[in-house]
Amino acid sequence: MGKEKKLVVPHALFPWQPGKEGNKAEKRFIVAYGPHWHDGGKISTKNYNIVVAALPAVLMGISQYGAPALGVIALSMACAMVWEFVMNVVMGRSVSIGDGSAMVTGLLFGMLLPATAPWWVVLLGTFAAIVIGKQIFGGIGFNPLNPPLLALAMLVISFDGIFDFNEALLNYDLDFAMTYPLANLKAFGTAGIGEFGLGALFMGKQAGAIGSTFGLGLTIGGIYLLLRGYIRWEISLSFLAGIFITALLFNMADSAKYAGPAFHLVTGYTLIAAFFLIPEDSSSPVNFIPMLIFGVLAGVMTVLIRNIGAYVDGIPFSILLLNLANPLLDKIRPKAIGKVVENA
Amino acid sequence: MTKRPFLGVVKPRLYYNVVPDEVEELPAPKKVTLLLKNGRNGGVADAVKVGDSVKTGQRLGVSAGSSEYVISSITGTISGVAPYVGVFGQVFTAITIDAGGQDTWDDGFSKEASLDVAQRFLEYIPGCPPFAVFSDTGKTIRSIVINGMDQDLSLTVNQCVVQNEAENLKRGVQILKKITGLDRVIMVVPENLVQQASTTGAEVKRVGNRYPESLPRMIMKNVLGQVVSAGETIEEAGTVFFSAEAVAAIGKAFESGQLPVSKMLTVAGKDGKTKNVKVRIGSSLGDVLRSCQTVTHDRDRLILGGPMTGLATYSEDLPVGPDTDGIVVQGEADSAQVTDYPCINCGECVRVCPVKIPVNMLVRFLEARLYEDANQLYDLNCCVECGLCSYVCTSRIPVLHYIKLGKYELSLIETSEAVNG
Ligand code: SF4
Ligand code: SF4
Repeated sequence: MGKEKKLVVPHALFPWQPGKEGNKAEKRFIVAYGPHWHDGGKISTKNYNIVVAALPAVLMGISQYGAPALGVIALSMACAMVWEFVMNVVMGRSVSIGDGSAMVTGLLFGMLLPATAPWWVVLLGTFAAIVIGKQIFGGIGFNPLNPPLLALAMLVISFDGIFDFNEALLNYDLDFAMTYPLANLKAFGTAGIGEFGLGALFMGKQAGAIGSTFGLGLTIGGIYLLLRGYIRWEISLSFLAGIFITALLFNMADSAKYAGPAFHLVTGYTLIAAFFLIPEDSSSPVNFIPMLIFGVLAGVMTVLIRNIGAYVDGIPFSILLLNLANPLLDKIRPKAIGKVVENA
Repeated sequence: MTKRPFLGVVKPRLYYNVVPDEVEELPAPKKVTLLLKNGRNGGVADAVKVGDSVKTGQRLGVSAGSSEYVISSITGTISGVAPYVGVFGQVFTAITIDAGGQDTWDDGFSKEASLDVAQRFLEYIPGCPPFAVFSDTGKTIRSIVINGMDQDLSLTVNQCVVQNEAENLKRGVQILKKITGLDRVIMVVPENLVQQASTTGAEVKRVGNRYPESLPRMIMKNVLGQVVSAGETIEEAGTVFFSAEAVAAIGKAFESGQLPVSKMLTVAGKDGKTKNVKVRIGSSLGDVLRSCQTVTHDRDRLILGGPMTGLATYSEDLPVGPDTDGIVVQGEADSAQVTDYPCINCGECVRVCPVKIPVNMLVRFLEARLYEDANQLYDLNCCVECGLCSYVCTSRIPVLHYIKLGKYELSLIETSEAVNG
C-alpha cells in the first residue's frame, strides 16, 4: 500500500557474475526468501467471508423494513468505498478498495442504523468511520478504534433523535411490538418488557437497527466466522459471557428493575457486536488472556451502561473504551521461549 | 501446497515427509563449481590458480592464514577462479573445475582418526560436519545430537541416510566418540526409523513429524528438555548438531580412505513429486534438474533447501553445495506472493508461532527498522526461523524475511557497539 515503504530487494545481495555461457537470459527466476508456501488466506477473502456471514441478518432487515433498509445499506457501503477511494487519492496511496475492508465497514455501519436514517447521516457516518476512524491513522491495520462503532458513537451523541428507534420506526407496523426493547427496559424496568418473548426477539421480531435484530442470523454468521477462523472466538465468547454474568448479577439483585441475562443477549446491538464488531482485528488484542479480559470487560461495561448509565444501549461506548485499553491489555502475554529476563 | 483448512479455527498442520524416496546416483558432471569461503583477511585463493590440475578428493585451501578449504569433487583442471558474493554479503571464491577423464583419488587424507584430521579434511563433506566448534575455547561441548530428520518439509535426505546407511552411521558414531572424547551422542529420528537408528550405537530419541519439530532449537526443547536461551547459540549451550548424512559420510571416509564427494539431495518438481539423487558437490543446479527431467520456465522459483526456509535463487548455474539438502522448483502460480500491506493484527501468526513471539508487534518494529527494540521488547532473537508466521499471514507480509534481515542488522549493530564501546 504505502508507496514510501520499501522492501529490501534481495537481488542486490546476489551480484553473481554470469559464467562464460551467461545466465540464460530468456529464463529469469524469482528470487525470494522462504517460506515459498502460503496457506492461501488473504485480506479480501476474509472480508468477503464476513460479508457473507452478515447476509442473513441483513436480508432479514431488508425483508422487514423494505426498500429504505436496502437503500441505507447500499448507500452506506457505496459511501464507505468512495471515502476510502478519496482518502487513497488524497494521501497518495495505492487504491485499497479491493481488499474489501471499506465494504465491510460500510456494511456493518449500515447494519447499525435504523431503516429510516436519512442519507446525510449515512454520508456523515461513513466519513467518520473511514476517514476519522481508519484512514487518518494510516489505513487498514492502524485503526485503534472500531471504525463503525466510532461513527455510531459520534452520531448518537450528535443526533440523539435518529437513534431513538421508537420514534424512528413510528411509521412501521410489522407483526410485532414496534417499541425498542432496551428503551422499554430503561423506562419501565422489567415490567416494560413482559410482552417480548425471548424466542421472538431472537428470531428478529423486535424493533431496532436494520442488521442488528435478527439474533439467529447473526449467530449463524458468527459461528461460521468462528469456525473458519476469521474472528477470534475468545473475544466473542468472553464478551457474551461478560454480558451474561453481569446481567445475571443485576437481575438477582433487583429483578423488577433489571432484565435477565438472556434478554440482554438478544436485544440491542449485543449479537452484532459480539460477532462482527468487537472481534475487529486492529482494535482488539491477539494474546489469549488479554482477549478474555477485553471481551469480559466490554460485556460488563455494556450492561453497566444499559442498567445504570445514561444511554439505552452501551455497546458503542463500552467497546470503544476497551479499544483504548487494548494496547495496554495486549502487553499481558506469555514469555517467549528462550527469552532471557534481564535483572536490571 | 497445503491450503488453509476450512475450519480455520485449528492451527495449520504441516508434516515432514518421513518416508524417504528412492535414491538415484547421477553421473559425474563435466564441470563443477566450488564455493570457497574467503578468509577473514580477505585473501583470495592464491594457492589455487587457473590451469592447475586437481584430483578427486583433493583439498583446495585459501592462502596461508585461513583455515577454509573445499574438497574437489572431480578430477580435472581448474578453469576459473572468481569472486562470488553470497547472501548477506558473505564473500566466496568460486573455483570452477573442468572434468578431465576418470576419477583419480587424491591421497592427502589419512585415515588417522583425530580431531585435527577431521578439521582439515571433513568440513566440506556432505552435511558439513561442524568440527570447528570443538577447538573453540569459548564453548564446552558436552553432547552431540545427530539429526535423523531433515529440517524442512518435503526433503528426505537424512531420513534416507538413516534408513539405508546404518553401517556408515555406526562407524561415524564410533569415530565421533573417539575424536571428540564425548560419550553422549544422541540420534533423533522419526517414529518409523527408530529401529534402523537403534543399531548405530547412538542413544535414540524420537522426534515428532509435525513441522517445525526438527529444527535444532525445537529438538533441544522438546526432545532434550533444554531451552536454549535467545542470546546464546546451541553450541554455547553445550550441544552440537550433526546431520545424519554428515555422520554417515564421516564413517564412509574412514572406512574407504576416500573423502565422500557426492551430496544427496531431494529434488521436487512443480508437480510436487520428490526424488532423491546423489550428485557431485559443485554440480550446477541446471545439470541436476536436467538429469531429473525437471523443467524450469521463466518466472519460476528455484529454491535451494526446502519450501519453508529455503532460498529461491536466480540462476541455474549456481552449484550444489555440501549443505544443499534440496532443490525445489515452483511455478509462479504456486508460489507464495507477498504484498506490502501492513499487518492487520489478525493474530494468526501469534497463534502459530512455536516460541510464542508476538509476531504482530514484532513485524511493526521490524518494518520501522527499530531492530534493538524489536529484540528487547518483542523477542526478535527468540525466533527459530520456521517461517510459519509468513505461511499464515493474512496480509502476506514476508515476515521471515523481515526477521532474518532484522537479526542480521542487529548483529551489525551489536558488533559495531562491541568495537566502538
Ligand atoms: S519464524 Fe515466525 S513463527 Fe517461526 S519462530 Fe520465528 S516468529 Fe515464530
Ligand atoms: S498474520 Fe500477518 S497480518 Fe496477521 S497479525 Fe500476523 S503479521 Fe499481522
